[in-house]
Amino acid sequence: MFAWIPLFPLVGVLLNGIFGIRYFSKRVVHAVGVGAVGLSFAASVASFVRLLGPGPTSMVKTLGTWIPASLVRVLGGRLEAFGIDMAFRYDPLAAVMTLVVTGVGLLIHIYSIGYMENDKSQARFFAYLNFFTSAMLILVLGANLAVMFIGWEGVGLCSYLLIGFWFSRDAAANAGKKAFITNRVGDFGFLLGAGLLVSALGTLDIGRISEAVGSGLVGKGTATAAALLLFLGATGKSAQIPLYTWLPDAMEGPTPVSALIHAATMVTAGVYMVARMHILFEFSGTALTVVAWVGVLTAVYAATMALVQNDIKRVLAYSTISQIGYMFVGLGVGAFSAGIFHLVTHAFFKSLLFLAAGSVIHALSGEQDMGKMGGLKAHLPGTRLVFVVGALAIAGVPGLSGFFSKDEILGAAFASGHYAVWALGLAGAALTAFYMFRLIFLTFDGRERLDPEARHHLHESPRVMLLPLQVLAVLAAIGGTIGLPRVLGGGNWLAGFLRTSTGVAESPLSPGAELALMLLSAGVGIAGIWGAYVVYVKKEGLPARKLAERFRAAYGLLTHKYYVDELYNKVVVGGTLALGRLAAWFDARVIDGIVNGAARLARDSSTVSIRVDEDVIDGAVNGVGRAHRVLSGGLRKLQTGYVYNYALAIVIGLVVLMALVATVF
Amino acid sequence: MIPVNLVLGLGFVLFLIGLVGVLIRKNMVIMLMSLELLLNGVNVIFAGLGRHLNSPRGSIFALFVIVVAVSEAAVGFALILSYFRQKNTYDTDDLNELKG
Repeated sequence: MFAWIPLFPLVGVLLNGIFGIRYFSKRVVHAVGVGAVGLSFAASVASFVRLLGPGPTSMVKTLGTWIPASLVRVLGGRLEAFGIDMAFRYDPLAAVMTLVVTGVGLLIHIYSIGYMENDKSQARFFAYLNFFTSAMLILVLGANLAVMFIGWEGVGLCSYLLIGFWFSRDAAANAGKKAFITNRVGDFGFLLGAGLLVSALGTLDIGRISEAVGSGLVGKGTATAAALLLFLGATGKSAQIPLYTWLPDAMEGPTPVSALIHAATMVTAGVYMVARMHILFEFSGTALTVVAWVGVLTAVYAATMALVQNDIKRVLAYSTISQIGYMFVGLGVGAFSAGIFHLVTHAFFKSLLFLAAGSVIHALSGEQDMGKMGGLKAHLPGTRLVFVVGALAIAGVPGLSGFFSKDEILGAAFASGHYAVWALGLAGAALTAFYMFRLIFLTFDGRERLDPEARHHLHESPRVMLLPLQVLAVLAAIGGTIGLPRVLGGGNWLAGFLRTSTGVAESPLSPGAELALMLLSAGVGIAGIWGAYVVYVKKEGLPARKLAERFRAAYGLLTHKYYVDELYNKVVVGGTLALGRLAAWFDARVIDGIVNGAARLARDSSTVSIRVDEDVIDGAVNGVGRAHRVLSGGLRKLQTGYVYNYALAIVIGLVVLMALVATVF
Repeated sequence: MIPVNLVLGLGFVLFLIGLVGVLIRKNMVIMLMSLELLLNGVNVIFAGLGRHLNSPRGSIFALFVIVVAVSEAAVGFALILSYFRQKNTYDTDDLNELKG
């Protein structure tokens, strides 16, 4: 049953990709693209319902053998049967992920019908989106790291294709390349980690890895190394320090792509993978601490950059990086279900925010600069309503989804004794609320700063775009109920459901302490909103400008994104180019030198050989002839040709002969 | 009875005249005639010594030489005639194709 889930979008890819571009009308393209994901969503729901009923909580479906099993000797000298199956695993964690991917994906597909209405290559767009959905589902359902890696690379490829969807724009093409190349660094880590697990345990099957790690078949050092390498892959895919720089640039893609890939699903693949491998990370311990710290540092660091961005989508991009940081904090402090909880709620409110931002951009004919917005609340009331719901959710206002998930993460950090992580996370929450409402106020309140051209075409988005927004707004508002904490009367259903996949994190905190923490984080969030209101509505941004004047250096640091792009360009890109130039020089001078030298040697030696041939060999031959001529020169004078000379010689000879005869006898 | 020394002397003189004729003359016909003289000098000596020794062998040998000389003269003149037809000369100085 569940093996069908990734298949439907794949059929959609084939239909739209092969026939759609030429033969399908727009409506057919939309029907195929949305229908494929719709069927996939239906299959996900059906599988989920079946999982809720009695029966096993984890199912594996093997479609075939990829690499037949053979004995390999692993570290420590044991023999293991190593093979890879094309196998899917369906358990609560996969169920949650497939529901999010297909559910949010379906809404975004529907929204895309409206957003891309004027685009010429819609078949290509929907084929890519379906391809992405399929790859993401393979990633989520893969029962071993190899199958997971197929999806892992598939989503990376689709990310590249979709960021660069408008490839005729240089910025888009370059952003696609940047995303792809940055991800390759992480993917290399993933491969190395998987390779280390093969050589240590002789298996890539996630279940067997978890069992083997649990039964102590692997040393702590090896486990830490493998976990950190896998986590490097996660930092690439999920845009964490140090591999986050591609995500803001990825905003060059169409907005539905940003919502689907760069907010709701692909960027959470790293979170999912760490949660999937949680036994390995827990066993290592060190790796888990690294995850928590990378997460919280990214969360705060990205939030500071979001404070000063003027591009509406880039604010959301940094916000995404920051929120994924929170998910990693949840994983890092051992509250895996909390991390997944935040993943789910984030998928709701962040795709909502992106799609709402897309609606604004669509209404303004492509304008993304918040400096040229303002006062839109009169013109886009529907968009504003859902935007505010999303912003309240991410800011952590009590009652909305983001509050519960973020609070569960921060509570778990506090409870597990990571006080520094907790404090930083709290600060980040205040920043989050501030920058989100800065965005809201700059966009919808204050004076209108629109270009006359954009003002002229200003229109509220069509129903096909607003409907998914409204559905997502409802989900962003009430999505938190799936993980309602016990102190508030909920049973934290999600944590219980995920118990078999991610284990349970028992909170040692008293209900009173938990409530106090909640109040604190709620207060911090509301303070952030109030701060943004004061700065950007009451005083119309004046304090922000004054602050930027006063702390010019710090402001420059933020607007230039801490100069990390420049650093990477200098060190990594520049280093690669320098290496390339060195190689080119080596090629031109040394290799070509050797080749040319060999040629010259051959030429010179053949010159010598010619000289030997002409002078020595021919000389000897000619010399023989010449010597004969010289020597015979004397003798030939004897041959006078006069008969009487010969006759005289005969006579003389005769006389001499006779004299001899006479002497002898 | 003629003393044998005179006969030998005559033969020797004839031989010398023939030899000198062969060596110094350049006319091929003269040279062939001188050659005949050479042979006849030898014939005289053969015949004289045969008579002196009272043996027929000398005369027989002389007869042989005469026969051979006839054939030699016939072949020789034929060659000279053939040569003359090609080069229109008898002079042996022109006969230098073998000169190195």
